Amino acid sequence: MSRFTVEVLVTPRPGLLDPQGKAIHHALASLGYDAVEDVRVGKAIYLEVAAASAEEAAERVEEACRKLLANPVTEDFRVTAEAHR
Amino acid sequence: MNVAVVTFPGSNCDQDCHRSVELVGGTPRHLWHRERSLGDAEAVIVPGGFAHGDYLRPGAIARFSPIMDAVVGFAREGGLVVGICNGFQVLCEAGLLPGALLRNRSLRFQSHDCWQRVERTDTPYTGEYREGQIIRMPLSHADGNYYADADTLAELEAEERVVFRYCDAQGNLTPESNPNGSLNHIAGIVNRRRNVLGMMPHPDRAIEAVLGSVDGLPFFESLVRTEATATATARSEVA
Repeated sequence: MSRFTVEVLVTPRPGLLDPQGKAIHHALASLGYDAVEDVRVGKAIYLEVAAASAEEAAERVEEACRKLLANPVTEDFRVTAEAHR
Repeated sequence: MNVAVVTFPGSNCDQDCHRSVELVGGTPRHLWHRERSLGDAEAVIVPGGFAHGDYLRPGAIARFSPIMDAVVGFAREGGLVVGICNGFQVLCEAGLLPGALLRNRSLRFQSHDCWQRVERTDTPYTGEYREGQIIRMPLSHADGNYYADADTLAELEAEERVVFRYCDAQGNLTPESNPNGSLNHIAGIVNRRRNVLGMMPHPDRAIEAVLGSVDGLPFFESLVRTEATATATARSEVA
């Protein structure tokens, strides 16, 4: 068993209104960042997982994403596992 | 009628729901979320509040509380289950109702009265209203912006499952009368079998004149009366 750091990125599904992203976009525009065309806000969740391999760690966490960490109605998720440093 | 009111850590409308049931002649009972059985409950209310601190997403953690297995099983068998405010969020997360409640369009926590139009009176919770009745009660939430994908939304409308819609005092669906950005002005829906209802506004905070509105009373009266009717029907079928 080794320890892996698993990063979960949860993002609003495409097409879903993201009022927080819109507000931040507006603030950026008022600061002169005209090149910013869109802003979406999600969240990052970090888990320390004991597993035999990075693949196994990622699989366990993907299952947890489907059950709890992301809402499939409104959110997508991306999981990356790497050896704990 | 025995009505169980679930209390999660962070629930704050369980007393309001308890009192609402009592006022219309029902027998309410508090049910701690660690319990696993509904006992003799003939209906369940999942009340408002901030179950488990709303961490991760409102309702996301509450739906895995021990009592929720019993609530989901009861609902799947046709049992009466109501989710108000945070309770609505919990029932969506639990998969008993479609869609999700997103952050309010305003990005703010909103706490004020709202108007709703009663769209359906053929549910266990709205028989004591008139169809098209305009009612007023408080809302109090940060995440009440009802969302469902286009297919689900079309299905809800086609199956006449939108029970309450935000409107103005005259019953018009104006953009300003939609407090949180909900699709199709949706304030409350039922499942296909019509035994599970979720709504964001608070009928439980509109039950006595001192609260400024009694428009929530028919909601609880309907609930108690539905049970009486259902029991009478069951008895006559046995006879």
